[in-house]
Amino acid sequence: MEMPIPAPAVVNDKLRIVSRLKDVLSDEHVISDPTQTRAYECDALTAYACQPLCVVLPGTTGEVSAVLRVCHEEGVPVVPRGSGTSLSGGALPTADSVVLGVSRMSDVLETNYDDRVMHVQTGRTNLSVTGAVEEDGFFYAPDPSSQLACAIAGNIAMNSGGAHCLKYGVTTNNLLGVTAVMMDGTIVEIGGPHMDASGYDWLGLICGSEGQLGVVTEAWLRILPKPEGARPVLIGYASAEVAGACVSDIIKAGVLPVAIEYMDKKVIEVVEDHAKAGYPDCEALLIVEVEGSPAEIDDQLGVIKQIARKHNPVELREAQNADEAARIWLGRKSAFGAMGQINDYMCLDGTVPVSELPYVLKRTGELADEYGLEVGNVFHAGDGNMHPLILFDANKPGDLEICEALGAEILKLCVEVGGCLSGEHGVGIEKRDLMGVQYDPADMEAQMKIKDAFDPAWLLNPAKVFPLSTSAARRDAA
Amino acid sequence: MLTPATETELAEAIAAAQGPLRFEGGGTRPIGHPVEGDTLSLANLSGITLYEPGGLTLVAKAGTPIAEIETALAVENQMLAFEPMDHRALLGTEGVPTIGGVVAGNVSGPRRVQAGACRDFLLGVRFVDGAGQVLKNGGRVMKNVTGYDLVKLMAGSRGTLGVLSEVSFKVLPKPDAVASLLLHGLNISDAVQAMSAALTSPFDVSGAAHVPVGLEGAPVTMIRLEGFEESVGYRADHLQGLLAKFGAIDIERRVEGPQSVTSGWAWMRDVQAFAASDEDVWRISIRPGDAAALIERLGDARVLLDWGGGLVWVACAAGRDVRTDLQGGHATLIRASAETKSRLPVFQPEAAPLAKIAADLRQKFDPKGILNPGLMG
Repeated sequence: MEMPIPAPAVVNDKLRIVSRLKDVLSDEHVISDPTQTRAYECDALTAYACQPLCVVLPGTTGEVSAVLRVCHEEGVPVVPRGSGTSLSGGALPTADSVVLGVSRMSDVLETNYDDRVMHVQTGRTNLSVTGAVEEDGFFYAPDPSSQLACAIAGNIAMNSGGAHCLKYGVTTNNLLGVTAVMMDGTIVEIGGPHMDASGYDWLGLICGSEGQLGVVTEAWLRILPKPEGARPVLIGYASAEVAGACVSDIIKAGVLPVAIEYMDKKVIEVVEDHAKAGYPDCEALLIVEVEGSPAEIDDQLGVIKQIARKHNPVELREAQNADEAARIWLGRKSAFGAMGQINDYMCLDGTVPVSELPYVLKRTGELADEYGLEVGNVFHAGDGNMHPLILFDANKPGDLEICEALGAEILKLCVEVGGCLSGEHGVGIEKRDLMGVQYDPADMEAQMKIKDAFDPAWLLNPAKVFPLSTSAARRDAA
Repeated sequence: MLTPATETELAEAIAAAQGPLRFEGGGTRPIGHPVEGDTLSLANLSGITLYEPGGLTLVAKAGTPIAEIETALAVENQMLAFEPMDHRALLGTEGVPTIGGVVAGNVSGPRRVQAGACRDFLLGVRFVDGAGQVLKNGGRVMKNVTGYDLVKLMAGSRGTLGVLSEVSFKVLPKPDAVASLLLHGLNISDAVQAMSAALTSPFDVSGAAHVPVGLEGAPVTMIRLEGFEESVGYRADHLQGLLAKFGAIDIERRVEGPQSVTSGWAWMRDVQAFAASDEDVWRISIRPGDAAALIERLGDARVLLDWGGGLVWVACAAGRDVRTDLQGGHATLIRASAETKSRLPVFQPEAAPLAKIAADLRQKFDPKGILNPGLMG
C-alpha cells in the first residue's frame, strides 16, 4: 500500500512539535516513545502498520481544539482515532502524523428519555451507549459487530451500520447533532436535540467523512424505546439463488424484519466446528428476526414462514424460547471470530441491489476459483450489504497480493451490478485506489472540493478515501 | 423559460447560461428569498427510471410528479415512507409537486419521528453543478459509505449547489391498517407529555401531533399506529391504557380505503389549518421538551405541533420575528411578504465558521453564481 512520503520537516522536528503539544496537554497525554506509540500503529486492518510521530489523548473539546491549532500551525497531519477497530485502515497513521485519540472522552453528558436523545462524548463505546439506557428500556440502534470496542467517534466517521439497520437505519439516520473541531481549532456545533438541520445538511456531510472534515468530540444521538420482544427464525436452503429469492419475497410481502442475515456453506461449516450452534448442513442459511409483542411476532413470523416454505427450505426452525434464539444468533455472531481462527482473511463490504445477490454470490465463487482462494460469505442480506471473507495465508509470500487482487475484482463486480464498494466499513486506505471504479474523476473532484472547504491544507486523516494520484496536486499545493 | 427534457439538455442549458437561473419543479414551494433570473423548469425531465419492489428501490427523474410516484408505488402496496408534505394549500400555489422539489427542500412529514426524513430515504442523486457538469453521488443500494455523502448535502440545498436531475429512494411497504388515538382537551404541556409517553412506549408510534384548535374548536392530540391489522389493534389497546391518565381517548381505525384517519394526518402534514390567512408562517424545529415554553413566549400566535412537539408550525402577525423567542433549535420563515423577507432571513443564520464554509462551497460548485442565487440568503 503506497503512502505519501512523510514530510521531512515534520519528522526531523519531532522533539519540538512534541514539546509544543505538551504545552497544551499534560505530559502523560502526549505519547512519543516508540515502544508506547506502537499500540497505535494500526487499526483492525492489521496488514498495514506505521508508527506515528506521536499520540495525543485530549480529555476535552477544548484540548482537542488546542492540539489541532498546534498541528495546524506546524503543518502536521492529524489522524483522528476512536477505538481503532476500522476494517478499512481508516485510522492508519502516517510517519509524520499525530494520532489524536478520543478514548479519554467517554462521558454521557445528558440523557433525556422524553426527548428521546442522549448527548455523549464520542470516545464512548457503541455498546456502552446502549448500556447507559437499557435498564430504562431504551437503546441506541446502530450495532456494528465491533460494538463492544468501537467508539461513537469512529461510528460517525464511517457512518457505521450493523445487523439491525434494515429497520433502524445506520449511524447517519440516528445522529442528531455533533460538536466538531475543525483542523484550525475552530469549534462548531451542528444540529442538536432537534430532528432536522437548518441550511445545508452539515451533519449528513460530516457523518461518513472518515475524519477528514473535522474531529467530532460530542454527539447527540437518537435513542429508541426497546421493542417488547424479538424472535429469530432460521431457514436453510439448498442454493444461494433460492435464499436470495426468499429474501426478496419477504421484503416485498410488507414485513419489515429488523435483520435478515445470510451465511454460506463455508461459513456454516467453520461456525459449526467452533461454536456448535446446531446449524443445518446446507448451501445457504438465513436468520430472519422480527420484533414486537409475542402475538405480533407470531403474526410476522407466520408470514415469513409461509414465504420460506414456498421456496422449499431444507430446514425451518423458529426459536421457541430465549435460549433457542441465542443459539440461532450464536453462530452468526461468532462467524468472524471463527473464520479468523482457521485462517487469515480479508473482509469485503460491497453492497449490491438485493435482486442481484444470487448472481453476485455465484460470480464471487467463480472468481474465487479463478484466483485459487476460498471465499466465505456472511452478511446482511436484507439490505444487500455483502461481506465476502477471502481466506489467505499471511505467511505465504504473494498470498496477500492475490487476495487483494481478488478483493478488487469482487468489489468491481458489486459496482457493475449497481452497487457500491463499501456499505458500512468505509473506504479508508483499503478501497482508496478503487474509488475510480465507482466514481468518475468529476465525481471525486466534487467530493474533494468539500475537503478543500473544510480542511484547505489537507491535514486531517491523510491518504484515506481518495486515490493518492487523484489528491496529489491538492496535497502538494497545501 | 428553459425546459430541458434530458439531463444532457439540462447540463447544456446551465453551461450556456450567461446570468442567474431560477429553478422550478412544479412551482408549488416558493420557499426562500426571491431569485432574480431566468426560470429553468425541470417539469419535462420526468419519469420513473427504475422501480424494483423486491429491492424497495425507486429511481426517478427530478421533474417526476409525486402523484405519479405514489401511484406506481401503490400498485405494489409500497410508499414514500417520509410522507412528503404538500405545500399548495399553505402557500396558495397551484401546480404539480415534483420529487426534485421534495428533495431540494428535504420535505418530510409526520412519519419523521419513526421512519425518518426525506434525506434518510434518499439513496443517490445525479445533479448538474454551476459549470454544467453532470455529477453523481450515492447510488441505489441501501447502505453506501463510499466517499463523502453528497446525497445528504444535496437534500435541502435548494438548488444552490447543483440542480438535481435524478434521485433514488428506499421505499417501504404500505401498512395494511392505520389507527389514530385521539386525546381531547389537553393543554400544550400535557399534550407534549402525552406524545412523549407514546413515543417512548414500545408500540412503534408513527405520528404524534397536537392541534390546539381542532376542527371542532377544541384541542386534539393525535397518535398514529400503523402496520398489520391485528398488531395495530393490539398496540392501540395497550397505548390507550398507557395514556389513560391524560383523559378519554377515541380510537379511529382504517383498514382499507381513505377515511378520516388518513385525511386527518394529511391535513396535519400539509398544515392546512394555516391556509388562506394573511399571517406569516414559521416552521420551528426544536427539542420537544422546549416546545411548551416556546409556545408560551409566542403568546397569541397560532401553533400546530408535529413530531411529538419537535416541529412547531407558527402562524403569527405579519412581520413578527419569532426568532427572538427561540432558545435552541431553528426557525424557517415559510410564508411571508417580500417586504418581511427583505428584513428577516428566511433560513436560520449560521455560526460564522459554517457560513464561511457554505459560501466557499457555493463558490466551488457554482463559480458563476447562477444557481438560485440569493435564495438561501
